[in-house]
Amino acid sequence: MDIAGELLAGSRLALSRAITAVENEYDEAVSIMQRLYSHTGKAHVIGITGPPGAGKSTLTDKLAKAYRQQGKTVGIVAVDPTSPFSGGAILGDRIRMNELTLDEGVFIRSMGTRGSLGGLSRKTAEVVRILDAFGKDVVFVETVGVGQSEVDVIKAADTTVVVLVPGQGDDIQAIKAGILEIGDIFAINKADRDGVDRLATELEMMLDLNQNEVDWRPPIERTVASQGSGIAELLTTIDGHICFLSQSGHLTRRRTDRTRNELLALIEEHIGRYVLQQLSSWGQLDTLVSRIEKREKDPYTTVSELLHMYLRY
Amino acid sequence: MEKRIRVLVAKPGLDGHDRGAKVVARALRDAGFEVIYTGLRQTPEQIAEASLQEDVNVVAMSLLSGAHNTLFPKVVNLLKEKGMNDVLVVGGGVIPDADIPGLKQAGVAEVFTPGTPTANIVDFIKSNVK
Repeated sequence: MDIAGELLAGSRLALSRAITAVENEYDEAVSIMQRLYSHTGKAHVIGITGPPGAGKSTLTDKLAKAYRQQGKTVGIVAVDPTSPFSGGAILGDRIRMNELTLDEGVFIRSMGTRGSLGGLSRKTAEVVRILDAFGKDVVFVETVGVGQSEVDVIKAADTTVVVLVPGQGDDIQAIKAGILEIGDIFAINKADRDGVDRLATELEMMLDLNQNEVDWRPPIERTVASQGSGIAELLTTIDGHICFLSQSGHLTRRRTDRTRNELLALIEEHIGRYVLQQLSSWGQLDTLVSRIEKREKDPYTTVSELLHMYLRY
Repeated sequence: MEKRIRVLVAKPGLDGHDRGAKVVARALRDAGFEVIYTGLRQTPEQIAEASLQEDVNVVAMSLLSGAHNTLFPKVVNLLKEKGMNDVLVVGGGVIPDADIPGLKQAGVAEVFTPGTPTANIVDFIKSNVK
């Protein structure tokens, strides 16, 4: 099966198989991505992040439906945690999106984190790119339920929506670093509950203290996703952000940063794998480890010798 | 290369009893599988399409309303129509013994009735998944 070719011709099965190949690092993954890369860069990638139970999936479902009404096609990558013990996972985000399953303009893929701790899996950004190459106008990336520091979503998304719910902590939470810094937009979901005004005030105060990015002040929207209220306003705000990004030049800058980071990460990954392969094929790794343990050698000298040996550095 | 068995757990039909499906989903998770849980009242079309999008190796359906003879084979056929030829389809729930041979003939690889230890389901999947 010519996966990349059939994907570009519109086959959903090929799209699905391409994602599997990349996620599982099958041999053909590299050649698939090589073929697809020139078709990427067109989709608007929207990150949806926030604590567990904030309503990320329901909100994504409603936003996706709103984009469909505008005639745009939608891809959704939904990440849920992998068990560190069994390696298994329950991927349950689709439950909130079942009505989208039979819409041919929507493609939803669930992923386990498979050991990554940043709120996404290591391959999520590449899966987003595959959906982009398939021609999706909008791609949502829904993170696992996050705490404070899982901020990988900004590496994959153009616009990051941080979904919060009232009643989850005092105003000290709002000045901590982490997910509250990455929101381009804040959505206060379940806004029919008590404490909405207080949360909005705390966020506004936090935003008042922001020194950088004075040209975009993250708007705060109130939604009740389960009832569909506030969705149209949130959508307008998201579209406003992408307009701002492209007009101000930030989009180019963000994407350049991302391209650079991805290239560096890829170099790191491949060099690491190459050196590890060399070490394992010679059975050297255990010897080196035991010499370091016995303090006959230090790890720093060992690494510089290895670099010299394998990379002529 | 890191292959992981992906299983779609779905409840076709109109009964609202998903406790069994949830117990199985949890057991499969603990066996190291990635379980895509789709919830109650799924149509065969939804199950087949979700299986395609998720590129699952296994579709596990639970049904207690008596519609298994209609719905299980329909899912099997829809999967084939979509080109998902290598998916292992298994069923469970309140299913009379007399119906099991017919279901197997229709392409359901195995049927697990009440009282089956979850380890049997895990073992069956591990030894039959393609």
